[in-house]
Amino acid sequence: MNCSVEELKKKAKSIRLNIVKMVGPGKAGHFGGSCSLAEIVSVLYFRKMRHYPEDPKWEDRDRLILSKGHGAIVQYAALAMCGYFPMDELWNLKKLGSMLQGHPDMKKTPGIEANTGSLGQGLSISCGIAAGAKLDGKDYKVYCIVGDGETAEGQIWEAAMAASFYKLDNLVGILDCNRIQATGPIAERFDINPVKEKWLAFGWHVIEIDGHDVEQIIFALDQADKVTGKPTMIIAHTVKGKGIPFAENTAAFHNGIMTREQYETACLALMD
Amino acid sequence: MGVHNQRRVYGETLVELGRENNNIVVLEADLGKSTMSCLFQNEFPERYFEMSIAEANMVSFAAGLSLTGKIAFVNTFAVFASGRPFDQIRQGVCIGRLNVKIIGSSAGLSDFGDGATHQSVEDIAIMRAIPNMTVIAPCDGIETEKAVRAIAKYDGPVYMRLSRNDLEDIFPEDQEFVIGKPVVLKDGTDIAIFAMGTMVGPALKAAAELEKEGISARVINVSTLKPIDDNEVINLARGMKGVITAEEHSYIGGLASVVTYALRNTPVPFEAVAINDCFGQSAESHQELLDYFGLNSEGIIRKARLILGA
Repeated sequence: MNCSVEELKKKAKSIRLNIVKMVGPGKAGHFGGSCSLAEIVSVLYFRKMRHYPEDPKWEDRDRLILSKGHGAIVQYAALAMCGYFPMDELWNLKKLGSMLQGHPDMKKTPGIEANTGSLGQGLSISCGIAAGAKLDGKDYKVYCIVGDGETAEGQIWEAAMAASFYKLDNLVGILDCNRIQATGPIAERFDINPVKEKWLAFGWHVIEIDGHDVEQIIFALDQADKVTGKPTMIIAHTVKGKGIPFAENTAAFHNGIMTREQYETACLALMD
Repeated sequence: MGVHNQRRVYGETLVELGRENNNIVVLEADLGKSTMSCLFQNEFPERYFEMSIAEANMVSFAAGLSLTGKIAFVNTFAVFASGRPFDQIRQGVCIGRLNVKIIGSSAGLSDFGDGATHQSVEDIAIMRAIPNMTVIAPCDGIETEKAVRAIAKYDGPVYMRLSRNDLEDIFPEDQEFVIGKPVVLKDGTDIAIFAMGTMVGPALKAAAELEKEGISARVINVSTLKPIDDNEVINLARGMKGVITAEEHSYIGGLASVVTYALRNTPVPFEAVAINDCFGQSAESHQELLDYFGLNSEGIIRKARLILGA
């Protein structure tokens, strides 16, 4: 898929609308950390990644691992829009027996690469896949989305060391810096800054962008392709809950419940 | 009868498997000279991942390798293998049923000198509790080689514990190792002794002693702690005047739990030779510690006499 910048912006908006619709009013959903990723996920699935939705296990596909597994609904929306499964499956989100679990489940959902949700593990899993690709002489890319709050997990830094030690230049991390974790601002808990210097110190190539600017996302991902001998971390500055007016920049919608009125407001804001 | 070291047999078997199958990869957390994964490193450095002292990352990294079709063997001491990366094993390996083998070396009290921090009395309990996990404890070097080959063929997560010290050969060379299958090593009619790992040797010794007292004991090597067929356990205990389990592990969650649960509807007297819900400690030899905890043939004989009122 090779969508234009304008098409990608529209896709991101549709992803957000599908997020709102699949959770619906009166039910809890991780809106905040999903909406902050809409443009990034849109660029990955509809432009950057090499993949065939009709053949989800194709050996040479690029992989996307959502280490911050609670953002599953943004990935579900994109996977359905790509055609990995019918759009109607979105309306079964978190229902008993559904293919769409509360957190990503590779055994249940086509297009999901690993089981994530217990934070801090996805980057290590991505390192393992990238190392496997190198053993096999494959040239596919492994993209891993990490939450900024998630980097409080010590395992992230174990993975950061492993990735640079094993020179995993086929691994691209994307750090979703929406600055807010479940119960409030990250800076008031374990401040992750200076974030760029940390990743540089761990031996990564670092690119810093506005995570809602489609052109910057494309540029950063293309730049990452040219990096050799080390992994790349794209630090994406984002807005938690982006696009849903009442959910922006608040911890309340990290995992929040919309009223009927809020639901209608959100749908109106996201419809074309 | 010969003597073998499970760690060395494991390391050598891994090298043989590495020659047969390019998809075998090995991960280690800075204990390779002890776990003997170093043998694989010497021969296949490109398929050997030194993951340093970071067990959580090692297990998730192994999960990633398995997602590319590799058979990943993860190595460290049993206490660390089952304890430190519990969540990584549960979440990243077992929910997705990935082909990752967790090898717990220096299991039980076998790292006698290093004390409670390095001795695993509850690793089997922890690993058995995770859905999709297969749990194996071979009784000697011969069974270790067969078990390593069997788990490499099996597509799914496995935890296997190995002892640090030399063990006398027990497992029949011509006996096939089948995951989930207990093996009768000596038949008997009065009492059934279900033994695991390092306690199989003492169980056989106890049975020989009991024979002199006119007590006929059946000794069963239970090397697969999960999955296990309850009916198989029931059949092996059928007609017995008593059942004993013997394990170098806490009575909570190990072999005693496996057998008592299987026999939950069978009214047969039961006694366990196990560690009584406490930590180990340092000692000058493995045997000294085993004796201290009553994990020996005398301990088994005592329980047999207790059950039979002899």
